[in-house]
Amino acid sequence: MKPSLAGEGPRASGIVAGRLPAEAIARNFSDIAPRFDDHEAMVAADRCYFCHDAPCVAACPTSIDIPMFIREIATGAAESAARTIFTQNILGGICARVCPTETLCEEACVREAAEGRPVEIGRLQRYATDTLVARGGHPFARAAATGRRVAVVGAGPSGLACAHRLAMLGHDVTIYDARPKAGGLNEYGIAAYKAPGGFAQAEFDWLLGIGGIEVRHGVALGRDLTLETLRADHDAVFLGVGLAGVNALGIEGEDKAGVRPAVEFIAELRQAADLGALPVGRRVVVIGGGMTAIDAAVQAKLLGAEDVTIVYRRGRDRMGASEYEQDLALSRGVRIVTGAVPLRAIGDGALAEVEFAHVREGEAGLEATGETFRLAADQVFKAIGQRLGPLPSRLALAGGKIAVEGPGRTSLPGVWAGGDCAAGGEDLTVTAVAEGRDAAMDIHAALCA
Amino acid sequence: MADLRCDFVGIRSPNPFWLASAPPTDKEYNVRRAFEAGWGGVVWKTLGLDPHIVNVNGPRYGAVWGADRRLLGLNNIELITDRPLETNLREIKAVKRDWPDRAMVVSLMVPCDEASWKSILPLVEETGADGVELNFGCPHGMSERGMGSAVGQVPEYIEMVARWCKANTRMPVIVKLTPNITDIRFPARAAFRGGADAVSLINTVSSITSVDLDTFSPLPSIDGKGSHGGYCGPAVKPIALNMVAEIARDAETRGRPISGIGGITTWRDAAEFMALGAGSVQVCTAAMTYGFRVVQEMIAGLGLWMDRGGHAKLADIVGRAVPNVTDWQYLNLNYVAKARIDQELCIKCGRCFAACEDTSHQAIAMLPGRVFEVKDDECVACNLCVNVCPVEGCITMERLAPGATDPRTGRVVPAEHANWTTHPNNPMAKAAE
Ligand SMILES: Cc1cc2nc3c(=O)[nH]c(=O)nc-3n(C[C@H](O)[C@H](O)[C@H](O)COP(=O)(O)OP(=O)(O)OC[C@H]3O[C@@H](n4cnc5c(N)ncnc54)[C@H](O)[C@@H]3O)c2cc1C
Ligand SMILES: Cc1cc2nc3c(=O)[nH]c(=O)nc-3n(C[C@H](O)[C@H](O)[C@H](O)COP(=O)(O)O)c2cc1C
Ligand code: SF4
Repeated sequence: MKPSLAGEGPRASGIVAGRLPAEAIARNFSDIAPRFDDHEAMVAADRCYFCHDAPCVAACPTSIDIPMFIREIATGAAESAARTIFTQNILGGICARVCPTETLCEEACVREAAEGRPVEIGRLQRYATDTLVARGGHPFARAAATGRRVAVVGAGPSGLACAHRLAMLGHDVTIYDARPKAGGLNEYGIAAYKAPGGFAQAEFDWLLGIGGIEVRHGVALGRDLTLETLRADHDAVFLGVGLAGVNALGIEGEDKAGVRPAVEFIAELRQAADLGALPVGRRVVVIGGGMTAIDAAVQAKLLGAEDVTIVYRRGRDRMGASEYEQDLALSRGVRIVTGAVPLRAIGDGALAEVEFAHVREGEAGLEATGETFRLAADQVFKAIGQRLGPLPSRLALAGGKIAVEGPGRTSLPGVWAGGDCAAGGEDLTVTAVAEGRDAAMDIHAALCA
Repeated sequence: MADLRCDFVGIRSPNPFWLASAPPTDKEYNVRRAFEAGWGGVVWKTLGLDPHIVNVNGPRYGAVWGADRRLLGLNNIELITDRPLETNLREIKAVKRDWPDRAMVVSLMVPCDEASWKSILPLVEETGADGVELNFGCPHGMSERGMGSAVGQVPEYIEMVARWCKANTRMPVIVKLTPNITDIRFPARAAFRGGADAVSLINTVSSITSVDLDTFSPLPSIDGKGSHGGYCGPAVKPIALNMVAEIARDAETRGRPISGIGGITTWRDAAEFMALGAGSVQVCTAAMTYGFRVVQEMIAGLGLWMDRGGHAKLADIVGRAVPNVTDWQYLNLNYVAKARIDQELCIKCGRCFAACEDTSHQAIAMLPGRVFEVKDDECVACNLCVNVCPVEGCITMERLAPGATDPRTGRVVPAEHANWTTHPNNPMAKAAE
């Protein structure tokens, strides 16, 4: 790319739109790992050893029979492969795109141990699921109607997985979601280049193909509905509401214009009809160390921000984002500063700088080293974690999330929970799917008892 | 570097690598380029009597591939040369004149009567060719007309035609055998009985490589129908090696010249054929897959291996493995081994476990942490785990020293050799002397 002139493009000051030409934006946000073609899939599939009691299966939160689906691909039966995947994980399509496979199945792959190059399970999963979905139709049929009614709150991965499994087992499901579109963070959170082309909505529509699922958008539990009415009107309730709240930094100047939650910026980006028209700062500082921090930073950079810096309080090895994600950020030109916490946001009116203190790990946690520094910034994204939004107070909590026992049983009879809002498990799409599915099986067992 | 010069029944070539009679050798243009690339000799594409045959005008090859489209086996329904005899003879003569140091053998297939053979041999002699190879091998097409493998499957015919040829030419006569018989020793004996100077083998194996599951036509498909073809390439090498060895160790044909053919793809394959008694080797599919240049790897590799092993010339390696090929009944039953898994190399895939547990002797334990260990009291040393392990050298077979107790049988391993011929369970056993 040509170096840009002062005051233009990436170097325009302030939070402005149109930093990059349309072609650059299109390139930057195109599919990061495109679908394998048939031959690539054959070659990749051939590398699988069909391990006994395969470690990758154990590493998959939804326990997909990975060696089996790869063998099915290798024999030219991608649709059977997809069925094997969907049987365990109905959102196998999005998971193939967003799972941090480098810390899940592919990390466990024996070829990772043997040669540092695992079988490309995620991309093979995408190949299989895309092939079946492209054929049209829905691979599963509903069991005879049971006449039982279940409410699912939240149309994110956990809610959708739960709803699909319940519908398949013959129950009537109503999904309530506060937002105008379904998909949860698949639609509003995941990095745009991981699932471009309206994938989340297409997958949602395909999933509804099972039948027996009614969806009510724009209906929020707590605002438009109470848990009591839901319980009264349904035989069971599943809560998959994710984490609607955002943790505050608690620093001076946090209320300045330009300081905002990363998830808000990302949701806006995901919904933008024209990414070129989305404003972004010239000097962007992202505070946090998880996937959200990485995604906000990378996408700010891809929109054309000149300087993007992630500041994390501990070392890189402690970051929530995997090494692969960190490397992705570095390769896109994002700087990662570790061992520093924000002290205050500075600026006469508009934000101009953020002051940080260096910290190190001490006996009693992080301690200041006494050194401080400042980073110029016209935009700051807070990405130090999300928390539960307002919820019915009668639900017992554990560690700030809904307490659950076994497959998602909450403290209230007839109410299950799963995904990010429930305690336990990593906050990942695939974990949410597993928890939604398992809760559905438990609800089914309870309803049939 | 080792001396790779080859003298095979008086036919000399700078190296033992010849191109087999097939498309690579079917015209002057190819053979000149093959010689430029370094091939030691060629067996010209089989000549027949005019009017020349015709080939199908649709696909003539089918294949079996590995995952990355590596060609593992090739199948063909091509016939012998489809050009006039005179054209071929003229070209053979021109090439031989320009490449006098290379082996020029001419493959022949004419009807099974003496007059036909008698008429063609002088024409070949006139080209200055070094020898002839009688094609009694092609399993498709020509065999329906009483030639090729139709002759090769009847030892009496082989002997008869070989005798006619020896009587009608001064050139060395090589008889090319078909593998499509039950016991390769019979046609080989017949060839030598008829006076042949050498045998070459194998020609292709009768085969159907696959079926199109949409049209239900065998492949390659000619207008919806298929005919069996001849299989060659890497897949047939083990079959060919065994047949070569059978002839090399047969009491009647032991030590007689053999030109080894079948799946030779690298120098290593060639060396194995030579160790089992082949004095020269012929290559077809490897050249058809990768082009003529592969011979350079073969020459370099064979030379390097010979240098490393201190083998100065081909005679030092030809037949070296033959004394080690024996009958099952003479194998040492007191040789007791156990599988050993190198835990450092193990990548914990568990394939050895699945194989031994499901289909062998339940002799591998899967311990916590995916640690796989051989249970010596169950292991029969079948080698299956070694064969399915994806890591070379991870599982090996270790011999139990004489005097040690085999935990499986509870017996002490004897130092002396003992085989089936003296085994108490053998009803035919001779008492041990
Ligand atoms: C920026 C970002 C990037 C991420 N990237 C990845 C990634 O690459 N890979 C990965 O595996 N995971 C990633 N994650 C995590 C992953 O998205 C979540 O773990 C997953 O979406 C959780 O699913 P869920 O169903 O529990 O909740 P959500 O996806 O959050 O869905 C909750 C749904 O509930 C609805 N809802 C909330 N409150 C109410 C209410 N009161 N009433 C009605 N409806 C309500 C919401 O509108 C939403 O639709 C990322 C998360 C973020 C924030
Ligand atoms: C397309 C094709 C045509 C062949 N034509 C002849 C032939 O005309 N005469 C002959 O003796 N062998 C013929 N063969 C057999 C080869 O010479 C050789 O014996 C066989 O392919 C095994 O060697 P390979 O595994 O190196 O290919 C042919 C093989 C192929 C693939
Ligand atoms: S050699 Fe055979 S019996 Fe012994 S451990 Fe291996 S597979 Fe099992």
